[in-house]
Amino acid sequence: MSRAALLVLADGRFPAGGHAHSGGAEAAVKAGRVTCAASLEDFCRGRAHTAGLVAGALAAAAVLGMDAAELDAAADARTPSPALRAAARRLGRQLLRAARASWPSDELDALAGAFPKGAHQPVVLGLAARAAGLGPEDAAYCAAYESVSGPATATVRLLSLDPFDATGVLARLAPELDRVADSAVEAARRAVTEGVDALPAASGPLLEVGAEWHAAWPVRLFAS
Amino acid sequence: MHLDHSHHAPAVGADAHRPDGTRRALRIGLGGPVGSGKTATVAALCRQLRQELSLAVVTNDIYTREDAEFLLREAVLPPERITAVETGACPHTAIRDDISANLEAVEDLEDAVGPLDLILVESGGDNLTATFSKGLVDAQVFVIDVAGGDDIPRKGGPGVTTADLLVVNKTDLAPYVGSDLARMAADAKAQRAELPVVFQSLRGETGVADVAAWVRERLAAWTA
Repeated sequence: MSRAALLVLADGRFPAGGHAHSGGAEAAVKAGRVTCAASLEDFCRGRAHTAGLVAGALAAAAVLGMDAAELDAAADARTPSPALRAAARRLGRQLLRAARASWPSDELDALAGAFPKGAHQPVVLGLAARAAGLGPEDAAYCAAYESVSGPATATVRLLSLDPFDATGVLARLAPELDRVADSAVEAARRAVTEGVDALPAASGPLLEVGAEWHAAWPVRLFAS
Repeated sequence: MHLDHSHHAPAVGADAHRPDGTRRALRIGLGGPVGSGKTATVAALCRQLRQELSLAVVTNDIYTREDAEFLLREAVLPPERITAVETGACPHTAIRDDISANLEAVEDLEDAVGPLDLILVESGGDNLTATFSKGLVDAQVFVIDVAGGDDIPRKGGPGVTTADLLVVNKTDLAPYVGSDLARMAADAKAQRAELPVVFQSLRGETGVADVAAWVRERLAAWTA
């Protein structure tokens, strides 16, 4: 495997549509739950252990060869908010386009054929990692990191937060992201033998509620 | 990992054909600073061209759906031919660095209401450096106006210097804001050499006719 491929896939500039999404940060900022670096850190910690863990496990399971349609259904079941399901599929479709151009593979072509309007982003992320020659740990790390890096950069724009403070938040969360990625891979390995029910189903209710609220706003900076 | 070229070309932007082998619509981008008249130009083009061409519009609003709603309210095209893309506070990212959401919008329009001859992609109002990716559009128009300062052509920048067509809008306002049209024309010529410039007042008799004629020329070249 190429370790540098992981950097390509995890790069915030990888053209897969993430820049238009805040990972729930815009709703949390408007609700007054994220107001500064400290509350951003709390918010990101919550996301990493819920949305990040679930996404990491789904992505790792896809790298391990579990059926994409089954994983996609498992992702649906773990995403109560229709707005978040729609956003995850939109981001999955955009990631698939970038991944097919970057690492052409039969599996990615087949996924595009089966899900013309997009599969859940973590499932696509796993298959993209697989096409890039990466392992389940790599995919879990990408998903866990994305779960906090998106909200952090969005908050810099939303609150004019000092960008050094936001990056400091991400650095302080790194040891926790290690643990999230480890748990995600462990669950994914279990799911290979026990089925998708072994995948984690952690969720942050306020993220789901906030996403529905946010989707109804007429004026917003981010798509989700 | 496969890096051979045996895969179906994923429908990446610049490809002139759709997955079914038919030729796709010509895509023209319209960019420029806030308030220079991009949406008004798009609306006028739709009114001028809709009888002779099958066309659709993608708008990139920064934080609202106002541009799309303006076009809908003005009924320049049926609503199913107008799509709004959300850009996450960064209009130039969505048209240049990460074009995936815009590519989806143009492809979905062709699927839903095609075949189309022409798709106009309107950028959110931005600064003088904003240009469209060649992966998204086949030609781009940069719209500035006389009220934004008659030194803009002299200052240049990627939009003014490299756009396939420069439109200097609101010439009717020149006497009221003290803009020297002859100087603007000379500066534009110096920056752009042989690339065309149109001076336009949508309130005047000629309206959008010159830009529409340029669009027809591009279309003739595209379908030739």
